[in-house]
Amino acid sequence: MLHYLNKPLEATKTNRRTFLKMTAMAAGGLLIGGMISRSVGPAMAEANMEEMVTPFVHISPEGRVTVIVKHLDMGQGTATGLATLVADELDAAADQVGVDFAPADAEVYKNLIFGMQGTGGSTAIANSFEQYRMAGATARTMLINAAAEEWGVSAADVSIENGVLSAGDNSATFGELAMKAAALEAPTDVTMKAPEDWVYIGKSFPRVDIPQKSTGAVGMFGMDVQLDDMLVAVTARSPKFGGTLASFDATEALAMDGVVDVIEIPQGVVVLARATWPAIQGRDALNIEWDFSAAESRGTDQLLEEYRALAQQPGLTATTNGDAEAALTNAAQVIEAEYVFPYLNHAQMEPLDITVLYDGTSGTFWTGSQLQTIDHNVGASVLGLDPSQVQINTLWAGGSFGRRAIYDSHYTAEAAAIGKAWFEKTGNAQPIKMIYTREDDVKGGYYRPMHVHRVRAGVDADGDISGWQHRIVGQGIMIGTPFAAFAVQDGVDHSSVEGAADTTYDLPDFHVDVHHPDVGIPVLWWRAVGHTHTAYVMETMMDELAEAAGQDQVEFRLAALKNDPRLAGVLRLAADKAGWSTAPAEGRYRGVAVHKSFNSYVAEIAEVSMRDDGTVKVEKVVCAIDCGVPVNPDNIAAQIEGGLGYGLSAILREELTLTEGEVDQSNYYDYLPLRMADMPEVEVHIVPSTEAPTGVGEPGTPPIGPAIANAIYQATGTRVRELPMSKAGLA
Amino acid sequence: MTQFTVNGEVRDVEVAPDTPLLWVLRDELQMTGTKFGCGVAMCGACTVHIDGVPARSCQTMLGDVAGAEITTIEGVNSAAAEAIQAAWAELNVPQCGYCQSGQIMSATALLAETPKPTDADIDAAMDGNLCRCATYVRIRAAIHRAADLMEA
Ligand code: FES
Ligand code: FES
Repeated sequence: MLHYLNKPLEATKTNRRTFLKMTAMAAGGLLIGGMISRSVGPAMAEANMEEMVTPFVHISPEGRVTVIVKHLDMGQGTATGLATLVADELDAAADQVGVDFAPADAEVYKNLIFGMQGTGGSTAIANSFEQYRMAGATARTMLINAAAEEWGVSAADVSIENGVLSAGDNSATFGELAMKAAALEAPTDVTMKAPEDWVYIGKSFPRVDIPQKSTGAVGMFGMDVQLDDMLVAVTARSPKFGGTLASFDATEALAMDGVVDVIEIPQGVVVLARATWPAIQGRDALNIEWDFSAAESRGTDQLLEEYRALAQQPGLTATTNGDAEAALTNAAQVIEAEYVFPYLNHAQMEPLDITVLYDGTSGTFWTGSQLQTIDHNVGASVLGLDPSQVQINTLWAGGSFGRRAIYDSHYTAEAAAIGKAWFEKTGNAQPIKMIYTREDDVKGGYYRPMHVHRVRAGVDADGDISGWQHRIVGQGIMIGTPFAAFAVQDGVDHSSVEGAADTTYDLPDFHVDVHHPDVGIPVLWWRAVGHTHTAYVMETMMDELAEAAGQDQVEFRLAALKNDPRLAGVLRLAADKAGWSTAPAEGRYRGVAVHKSFNSYVAEIAEVSMRDDGTVKVEKVVCAIDCGVPVNPDNIAAQIEGGLGYGLSAILREELTLTEGEVDQSNYYDYLPLRMADMPEVEVHIVPSTEAPTGVGEPGTPPIGPAIANAIYQATGTRVRELPMSKAGLA
Repeated sequence: MTQFTVNGEVRDVEVAPDTPLLWVLRDELQMTGTKFGCGVAMCGACTVHIDGVPARSCQTMLGDVAGAEITTIEGVNSAAAEAIQAAWAELNVPQCGYCQSGQIMSATALLAETPKPTDADIDAAMDGNLCRCATYVRIRAAIHRAADLMEA
């Protein structure tokens, strides 16, 4: 899949001086007369290497603390999370702390779980928890040592509170000691605080990006990049995946006001214009013939038929436990069900965009990069440069939900091809911003893959689960990517079976197998990945089994969760807070689901009512989450609210279909995200914990679908097994 | 040449009158607070006020705003806007933030018309503003909060 990369991935490196220069320029807004606002909070104005106390913390002579964020912040609050960790160990005052994004440098800034620089899988806080606290503690020790030296006192007598160092009558701000501290040897005897001494972690720390995001977020996003002399590029790509360019006529486009040129690259035909609107209009005016001989020309109806047929055949074993067939034969009741999940578009609010500047010997990219190491390598490879000649400037992202974490860096490759072609044609080193329109984004592929599940599960005469045969059909996201090494085993792509094959329900006779059909539609992780469909199947089937067993849905699950006390814990907490043991109000119906993903445990209880027109209204959702140490409780609540809103959106109306290989939807009028009136009231309860922190960006998404489906069953007696629910008139 | 007022300042622009106001603001005037989400009046990210009325700038042509007074997120500063922005910060409404310029412009217009909106008023006024991060719970709470702030 990494067809844009001509050599193996390298752990790319930028030297610190280059990085600081770059950072200082961006923060000071000096960037070739342009307008980019990457750092927020007190920014470092004239950073220099001497002021850098660690690669993660910068303290200016004015006392500004800038936390260098190695992850992408796409709204999940990671920048604030990392700032919280540093500020706490440093005992900084909240209002002196800002953030900036790290350069692409896998050696220093790798995700400790991925081994490359990147963000995803709800790992940002999990992998950084020790590292950023240690960086804060190191900076703290250096400041204290500097103060001790300055005042001729013992380091043990120096204390820090709210950004001020003191010992006896002496006191100083961070800024006064910053230069001296940075010149000291890095200390070796650094200890981090004990949890009881935390001042921000587990309590609160202001979201660093809120002031700017409440006043227009001017210049923060890739879409907002404006550089002197910049061109805007809009590409016409094949309407079928795998199609190629046969011929084109650009006469009309070239005659349009504002259109500068039309060029051909391997990805399609590119209109370059002096601004966005003429670029879009110019693209509309192109006449293009495509060659579809190698394209994927099946539609989703045909694929569905093929998947259904495959679901009747045994597949590759993902997990097997006991003898599912024998247990089913002995079961008193067997439930058999087939489920259909459509392709989904991420539909993040900011369409994809990236700015490239290439001058023949160096390349610079500005984008909300989510896998910096791959973007860096692919960008360099397409430009024909060494990675050391290429810089990736990570910007804030207007959502991602997985869309910007791309195993083949396709849009970076495309921008690089445009930048190179333009320079080679004209000799102009000119910044070019390539944007996707909403239509490009909807039709552009990299979807949550369509899946079919087929399950047979039984209960015996005592109401115990007796056999569970589970078959999954869908494209494997990781197959053929750099992630295959750890995510694909014996042909089974973990991202299709996670949440089912690794269930912690006690299922003595359990079998999961999978088919990964070869389909030419690019697929990608979409907030919570495989859990988006496996949780739905597991949790609606558990509901059916509970009913078959004549048991309460919560009690039935708890009995099967003896080996997973944390999952049982959130289920009990949610049941308690939702008043599960009492009947809902007249006309209200409840459904429950509980699911572990990204090492976090979430239970959701949805309360619904049915409108007169037969559609469902989700009134309220009560959630309980156990994500280890809750670093920033308010942000956890925000992520659960948003995560379940995102899942609710999908199950109600989202569906991406294709006819003869062409995507049927175009924009937000036919791909339909959730709007205000459909958002329920949400209550989030966080389990206090001293366990290592785990993910919060994704785990809120999986349980919402099944919780609502189970509530709808209570209301209507119908089991919804095909999504979205709008197909059955429920939305 | 088309002349209009943006945030109190008279501006002249030289592009074709059928250019959407959105792209005039973003590309010609370099005011990137007004966002591009869909281009077809389906997401609300591009909401501005034209003579005080909220409008989708992606579907408003430059020629139609000649002589008009336009307010964007960069310049909005009414009592309602101040209350909305204070409530937004207090309740940590934004996640990615991309939709929030539009949300704030719509919410400000709502409060100016309806100082004490009900949930149904909010559903109706905010229906055109998508938030893919689904910050809707907090948007609703912050509008109520802003209404209280204005009353106080
Ligand atoms: S960009 Fe104007 S409504 Fe979406
Ligand atoms: S905050 Fe991200 S789209 Fe609304």
